Amino acid sequence: MTQGASSDATLLTQAEQGSSLWQDAWRRLRKNKLAVAGGAILILLMTVALLTPWLAPYSYETQDLDLGATPPSAEHWLGTDIFGRDLLTQIMYGGRVSLAVGFIATAVALLIGVTWGAVAGYVGGRVDAVMMRLVDILYALPFMIFIVLLMVVFGRNVLLLFLAIGAVEWLTMARIMRSQVQSLRQQEFVEAAISLGLSPAAILRRHVVPNALGPIIVYTTLTIPSVMLLEAFLSFLGLGIQPPQTSWGLLISYGAETMEEYPWLLIFPGLALTITLFSLNFLGDGLRDALDVRGSKD
Amino acid sequence: MALLTVDNLQVSFTTRNGTHRAVKGVSFSVQPRKLTAIIGESGSGKSVSCYALLGLIPMPPGRIDGGTALFDGQDLLTLSEKELRAIRGRDIAMIFQDPMTCLNPFMTIGEQLIEPLVVHQKLPKKQAVARAMALLDEVGIRNPETTYSAYPHEFSGGMRQRVMIAMALINEPRLLIADEPTTALDVTIQAQILKLIAELQQKRDIGVLFISHDLAVVADIADHIVVMEQGEVVEQGSPDELFNAAQHPYTQKLLDAIPTGQRVSTITEPKPLIEVQQLRTWFYPNANGEPVKAVDDVSLSIHRGEILGLVGESGSGKSTLGRGLLRLAPITGGQVTFDGTCVTDLEGTALKTFRRRMQMIFQDPFASLNPRMTVYDTLAEPLLLHNICTKAELDRVIARLMDDVGLAHSFIRKYPHEFSGGQRQRIAIGRALATKPEFIVADEPVSALDVTIQAQILDLLMALGSEYGLTMLFISHDMAVIRRIADRVVVMYHGRLVEQGSTDQVFNAPKEAYTQSLLASIPGAALH
Repeated sequence: MTQGASSDATLLTQAEQGSSLWQDAWRRLRKNKLAVAGGAILILLMTVALLTPWLAPYSYETQDLDLGATPPSAEHWLGTDIFGRDLLTQIMYGGRVSLAVGFIATAVALLIGVTWGAVAGYVGGRVDAVMMRLVDILYALPFMIFIVLLMVVFGRNVLLLFLAIGAVEWLTMARIMRSQVQSLRQQEFVEAAISLGLSPAAILRRHVVPNALGPIIVYTTLTIPSVMLLEAFLSFLGLGIQPPQTSWGLLISYGAETMEEYPWLLIFPGLALTITLFSLNFLGDGLRDALDVRGSKD
Repeated sequence: MALLTVDNLQVSFTTRNGTHRAVKGVSFSVQPRKLTAIIGESGSGKSVSCYALLGLIPMPPGRIDGGTALFDGQDLLTLSEKELRAIRGRDIAMIFQDPMTCLNPFMTIGEQLIEPLVVHQKLPKKQAVARAMALLDEVGIRNPETTYSAYPHEFSGGMRQRVMIAMALINEPRLLIADEPTTALDVTIQAQILKLIAELQQKRDIGVLFISHDLAVVADIADHIVVMEQGEVVEQGSPDELFNAAQHPYTQKLLDAIPTGQRVSTITEPKPLIEVQQLRTWFYPNANGEPVKAVDDVSLSIHRGEILGLVGESGSGKSTLGRGLLRLAPITGGQVTFDGTCVTDLEGTALKTFRRRMQMIFQDPFASLNPRMTVYDTLAEPLLLHNICTKAELDRVIARLMDDVGLAHSFIRKYPHEFSGGQRQRIAIGRALATKPEFIVADEPVSALDVTIQAQILDLLMALGSEYGLTMLFISHDMAVIRRIADRVVVMYHGRLVEQGSTDQVFNAPKEAYTQSLLASIPGAALH
C-alpha cells in the first residue's frame, strides 16, 4: 500500500516537472557551454544593434575629410575610413542592417519553407506535384532579374530586400522539409497517430515536424550567413542599402578594395561577421543535439 | 576430427560507458558433415562469436581478448588480415539474414557469381559460367540461364537466399556459417531453404555453423546445439538431450517460450461485432495497368470478445486487410460494419469517434513510437484527444495504464530509444488501450521480438483481452503463435480468403491444400 502511494507520488512530481520535448531540449541546451556562449554573444550583438542610436560614439553621417583614414586610436577605437568616419559607429549601424536581414529573411524563409515542404510532403499526390513544380519554377527564375523586377515595381526599400531574399531562400528549405516529411509519413508512429484519430494538422505539428527539425536547424544556421552575404552583394550592385547607410557586407566589400593601404577597414567588419557566424554555428549544433533525444544519456 | 574448434573465445567492445564483454569464454566445435546451431536471443553474443572468428568485427571498438579457434590446424585468431582473407570465402563461406542487402543491385546474378572464380582463381570465363550454371541448378533455381542474366531485384526473398547460398558455395568451402538465413523469409520458403541447406551439407561434405534465435527452426536440422546467454554458453548437446532433458534453466525457459497449446474458445454471443462484406482494396500502380489486388472480395465476421487469427505469408494482403478495417488503408469496394454502423464512408468527427473504438498494435515497436515523445506524452496523447480523462486525472490514469501493461512507473519520463523491444511493445499496447477500444488489430505484434519476450507479450495480450473485454484481429505469419492465441482462424493467400474455421478445425483438419502446406512448413516438428 505504502509502496503504491510513494510510486504515485514520484509519478506526480515527475509529471509536474513537465515532460515535453521542448523543456527537455532546453535543459540539454543549457548544459552545452559552447551553445550557451554562442547564444549569449548573439543576444549581446542584437541588443547592441537595437540600442545603437544611443550607444554609438559618433553619428554615422559625420565625415571628417581632413582626418581621412586613420588606424585605431583613443578617439576612434577601430580607426576611421577614407572619409574620416568612425569605423566602430559604422560597424554598429551596419550590424543593425545585417542582423535584421539575416534573421528576418531567414525567419521568412523558415516559415514559408517548412510549412510548404511539410504540406507538400504530407499530402502528397497532385498537391505535392503542383506545389513542388512551383518551387522548381521559382528556382529556375534568375535571382537578379527577380530582385530587379521587384525593385522596379515596388521601389527600393529595405523591407522589400528582406522579403526578396526570404522569398528565394525558402525554396531549398521547402525541399529539405519535403523529403524529411515524405520518409516520416511512412513511419508506423504516424499511422498510429492516424488510428488514434489525430487531425492531419496535429500529426504534422506533434509527430512529423519535431522529427524533421535536425536538418532544418543545421540548414538555418547556414542560411543566416549566406543571406548576410547576399545582402552585401545586392548592396554592392546598388540594389540594396545605399550609403551613407551601411551594412557589414558593404563595409567588407569596401574594406577589401583598400585592404593593402588600410587593412583595419577589412579586418574589423570581417571580425564582426566571423564572430556572428561562429556563434550561430555553435548555437545551431547545440540546438540540433538538444533536440535529438537519442544524443545524450541522462 | 573436428573441422572447427573454438576454445575459450573472449571478445569485448569498448564503449563510452566502459568495456562491454560480449563473449565471455565460449567453446564449441563443428564436425565435418554436421550442423552445429548456436541459439540465443539478441545480445547473447552468438553473432559476435562467429564474426570474430573471421575477423569481421570492427576493431576497435571490438577486441579479441583470448581463446583459440582451430580450423584445419591453424588458429584463426592469430592470422593476419591477409591470411584471413584467403580463408574467408574459400574455405569458410557465410550467408546472411537479409539476402537483398548482400547482393549488388547493379550487377547481374551471374556476374556476381563468377566474380570470385575469375578474379581469385583466374578461371577462364567460359568454365566459370558453366560452373555458376551448375550451382544455380544445384540450389534449386529452375531456369539457370535466365537467372544468370537477371538482376537481384527481380527475385523474391527465397530465390535471393538461394542465390546467396550458391555464391557461398562457389569456391567449395568446407565450413558454411549461416547467420539467421531464414529469419526474413516466409514459413513455406523457410522450410525449403532449411531443407536445401541440410541436403547440400550431406552432398558436399561441409560443416555448417547455423546461428539462430529460433529453437524451433534448428530443431529439425541440427546435430549439435549450443545455447548462449549473455556471452556465455549455458548448455550444449544433441537436440534429443536438450529437448528432453534440458539442464540449464535458460534452456528450459527458451523451450517453454515456444508457443504451444491451443486456446479453447469461449465465445457464445452469436451477433458479430464486425462484419466485412466483399472488402476490396485494389491499387492502381499506373493508369492503364492491371490493378494490384491486395485484398480481393474478402468477407468475414468477428464476434465480440473473440480473437480471430489471420494467417498468411508476405504479400498475401493480411496487413492491408487489417489496416482497411481501421480505415488506414484505402477501401475500393465492399463494406465494413462495426457494431451496426457502416464505417466505410465515415468522415470527420464521426470517423474520429469511431477511431476511438478501434485501435492498432504494430509489428515493429521501434518504428511505431514517436522517438521524440516520452512514455508520458505517448500515453497522454490519446487520453487528452478523446477527453477520456481530465488533466487532473491524467497522471493517475497513465499510472494505471502502465501497471496494466507491466511497465515500472519510473520509466515515465524516458524516451523510446531507452527501452528494449519488449518494453517498447508494452508502451505501444498501452497507447492502443488508452482509448478503451472495443476492437484491436494486432499486426504481427510479436514477430520482431525475442522468443522469451514473445511469450510474455502474448500472455499479456491474452490477459488484457479478457480484462478489457477486447475483440481482436491477430495477424501473423507464425502458425504456432496463432494456434496459441486465436479462437478462430482465417487463412489468406494472394488477397483472397482461402479457409476459415475454428482453430481446432484449421489446425487438425485443414481442407485447403495451401493451409496444409502452411502447416507442414511449421518448423520444430522434432519438438513435439
